[in-house]
Amino acid sequence: MHPAPSVILFTSLSGLGFGLLFFLGLDMPAVSGWTAFAFFFVAYALAVGGLLASTFHLGNPQRAVKAFKQWRSSWLSREGVFAVLALLVMGLYAAALIFLDMRLPLVGMIGSALSVITVICTAMIYAQMKTIPRWSQPMTPVLYLLYMFAGGALMAAQIHLATVLLAILTVAQILHWLIGDKAFAKAGSTIGTATGLGILGQVRLLESPHSSTNYLLQEFAFEVGRKHALKLRVIATLCVGLLPVLMLLMTPAGHLVSLVALVLHMIGLFSARWLFFAEAEHVVGLYYDKHRG
Amino acid sequence: MTTLPASTDKKLGLVIDLDICVGCHACVISCKEWNTSNYGAPLSDMDAYGENPVGTFLNRVHTFEVKSAGCNAQTVHFPKSCLHCEDAPCVTVCPTGASYKRSEDGIVLVNESDCIGCGLCAWACPYGAREMDAAEGVMKKCTLCVDRIYNENIPEIDREPSCVRTCPAKARHFGDFADPDSNVSVMTRERGGMELMPELMTKPVNRYLPPRPKADISGEIDILAPLLTPVPENKGGFMGWLDKALEAI
Repeated sequence: MHPAPSVILFTSLSGLGFGLLFFLGLDMPAVSGWTAFAFFFVAYALAVGGLLASTFHLGNPQRAVKAFKQWRSSWLSREGVFAVLALLVMGLYAAALIFLDMRLPLVGMIGSALSVITVICTAMIYAQMKTIPRWSQPMTPVLYLLYMFAGGALMAAQIHLATVLLAILTVAQILHWLIGDKAFAKAGSTIGTATGLGILGQVRLLESPHSSTNYLLQEFAFEVGRKHALKLRVIATLCVGLLPVLMLLMTPAGHLVSLVALVLHMIGLFSARWLFFAEAEHVVGLYYDKHRG
Repeated sequence: MTTLPASTDKKLGLVIDLDICVGCHACVISCKEWNTSNYGAPLSDMDAYGENPVGTFLNRVHTFEVKSAGCNAQTVHFPKSCLHCEDAPCVTVCPTGASYKRSEDGIVLVNESDCIGCGLCAWACPYGAREMDAAEGVMKKCTLCVDRIYNENIPEIDREPSCVRTCPAKARHFGDFADPDSNVSVMTRERGGMELMPELMTKPVNRYLPPRPKADISGEIDILAPLLTPVPENKGGFMGWLDKALEAI
């Protein structure tokens, strides 16, 4: 799959934003006044910034508001609806906390729950795709949720929780890669089933339907990044969890340590998310004989 | 429009005969010609006369080679367009309801004025039947020439999809799969019409007729064939001398 920067930014940043909102809604940390304002500002900048980034890849962004209509069937629509609900409810909670110094625990909890549901919807957009076997696994929503909780805990200064979550996340990320590596073969689609000609023998593409590229090849047959996949996996594994966990365990807690850990985590997050797209193979590639192995 | 209709009155679709298709791409061109000037936004081309032309097409012809042990390799031309699936995954992922499947005839269409161009339907389609138009930013797909098949302003003989109408080999057939006695249902039954990627459970309506087994011609080499064997280079004798002599002139 083509790793569009807008989608990588969107899923990464909004995941972090909603992760921070989740903890703020549960009063972790218990902030008020200007500190609360700063925390909520960062959370909203990430969540809203991410959502805005997601509109950059639309062909007709001016009609984006129509995407709230089909929540009964579409995960993308549900994501939009829950994101707006989460941001509204948390907005109410934040306003009461910052301007009236009033804690509304129930509102906070509802906002936290809505943030979780939003991230589940984001993950399900990918996990529902039977055409992309690497994504179509139960670990996909688990992974997105762990990124949300671990990143959120790190930003919300929940150091002990963040350490544990980052460690679990690292394991989950490796599992997602390992399961994903076998997913295409397990799904069973081959050039033989795609053309129906497998019953007659070994099939190969003799002539492409078009001499230059097209939308399908640009969108679904991304191959450049696979060359460096292993290196990027090592970088992602180190940065997402291992190095931040070591830092948090071995150095005295402080803003600077947390900040460096967060920067490292984000580098890992972006490389892992880039790989999530770049390594994902769509079955349509079979019609172009692009699948190897 | 949110979800797929439980059932459709008709199941309009195509039968493509892989035994007959000669790979001339006439269906590709006639499809583009009809659909760029009728239903919805035109099918744009980028850099059409430059070094790297890219364009939107609703129908494309791949060419495959099939080999099995002990048999001659077989060339199969393979036209591919929307299969108008009964469980079309492209419809349910659409956040705006722009993608829908008609309950009256099962045709899968895009209402372009609602399409935001997110591309999710193309992700959900296993067959590459949908292409985003680079100029309009909306998703384009085969309409089964919905603006021809019911069109009373054109002669009756033309009221079938453009690709079917134009196919010089008659490799493409249009009809109603819900009717067990229709041309397409009979052909599918008699020739073992195949579903593409049945493992993905999309229940495609369009069917592909497999190529018929080829006759074994390995024992029937023409008696003149040995005379056509190329003359090897560096041949001795008279031919060798002649070759050298002619070369030297």
